[in-house]
Amino acid sequence: MNDMTVVDNTVETQSIKIAAKDVNVYYGEAHAIKDVNVEIEDKTVTAFIGPSGCGKSTFLRCLNRMNDTIDICRVTGDILLDGEDIYDKRVDPVQLRAQVGMVFQKPNPFPKSIYDNVAYGPRIHGLAKNKAELDEIVEKSLRRGAIWDEVKDRLDKPGTGLSGGQQQRLCIARAVATEPEVLLMDEPCSALDPIATAQVEELIDELRKSYSVVIVTHSMQQAARVSQKTAFFHLGNLVEFGPTGHIFTNPEDPRTESYITGRIG
Amino acid sequence: MEEQHIASAFDRDLEGIQARIMKMGGLVEASIKDAARALETRDEELAARVIKDDLAIDGLEELINEDAARVIAIRAPAAVDLRVILSVIKISGNLERIGDYAKNMAKRTSVLAQSPAVADSAAAVRRMAREVELMLKDALDSYIQRDAELAQVIIERDRDVDQMYNALFREFLTHMMEDPRNISPCMHLHFIAKNVERMGDHVTSIAEQVIYLVTGDKPDEDRAKADTTSTTAQGI
Repeated sequence: MNDMTVVDNTVETQSIKIAAKDVNVYYGEAHAIKDVNVEIEDKTVTAFIGPSGCGKSTFLRCLNRMNDTIDICRVTGDILLDGEDIYDKRVDPVQLRAQVGMVFQKPNPFPKSIYDNVAYGPRIHGLAKNKAELDEIVEKSLRRGAIWDEVKDRLDKPGTGLSGGQQQRLCIARAVATEPEVLLMDEPCSALDPIATAQVEELIDELRKSYSVVIVTHSMQQAARVSQKTAFFHLGNLVEFGPTGHIFTNPEDPRTESYITGRIG
Repeated sequence: MEEQHIASAFDRDLEGIQARIMKMGGLVEASIKDAARALETRDEELAARVIKDDLAIDGLEELINEDAARVIAIRAPAAVDLRVILSVIKISGNLERIGDYAKNMAKRTSVLAQSPAVADSAAAVRRMAREVELMLKDALDSYIQRDAELAQVIIERDRDVDQMYNALFREFLTHMMEDPRNISPCMHLHFIAKNVERMGDHVTSIAEQVIYLVTGDKPDEDRAKADTTSTTAQGI
């Protein structure tokens, strides 16, 4: 009987990709993230949900040190990628961000050709020995971004000339071009129509076979659809973290329940 | 959960659908009561009314299922809201089946009214039906009050109904062996008793839905089955 039941998308591996321990984030005096402990698994989509200002984006940005760019931001605690502390002095943030890629809310292609958008990362990280190899990386990345067929005949045209949904998929292709191990997505579909959203979600499910994906979303349904694990943040606290199916049918914490059922909590 | 939804229309939808369940439950309770009384008092007119009233019960079930489908499509309910919708769908199905059994009891009543009475069997069936009716009333109360403990008690009470059925089963066997003229009425009475026993199972299922609704989990242990007639033979 068991093989006939609807299961949550199964998680094949149990290995921990990112472990956060007692993470606190301060913006000046403001305490944005409070003692967050979470383990993000490899080859899994983890969704961060929570009301605006709950700290989910802040926490996401800690995972590839995007917060370094904000002067008043201070991060304490440990964040380990494959057991290595990413805030260690010896870690080069640029190198880290090649390992932990990011896709933003608004599509932000470089004002360059479609080809150069994708080739940018591999070039600066020296991932291709020659033009042929670079061509190969670009094609593979665009295929992974599920946009190859739409742009293969216009690779020299500017990336900014694509539609919003195509631009976002181009940005995803750009993010995967450096073969990251983790892909962070901060509301990747909030500027997209339902069709482009469905394409990006399909893509996320595809990417999960190779990467660990962490997605911040305001759409509860999207979190439910794409993720295997869900974390609910509220006022800087990680309130609940568990299998997505469980969070959406029988959450443990009343704050989670209030939020996902659309009640004033 | 006492808090209101931010979208107040969602609250109205859920309240409306649950009001329909309560209305349906009230009609089904009345059907059990009337069908049992019609059987005992040989009131064919009352039996005819039970048969006719089943249409309203079936109609309500359809309305509830339509409402539930609409809420799922429009509101994408999660967590406790989802459990409300799922339990409403199952409970309306249970109530519909109980209504059908009451209707069947009423149909057989018109046949039984033409045959001689078999001792006080009809009164015994009525007592059993009365117990099921009370269980149903409590099950609906436990639903409205979100009372998982009361629901658990109801599940245990089904054992009494099963035992009443076992006793009736043996009684009917005895009557049939004593006098072949009893066979026809006893067959009908037996089907009625079996149907009442099935009603009890459906009430149990409603109580299980209440536990699921409140706790998010199915009731723990397997329910003890006390209906032993499937292994009972003549003369034992």
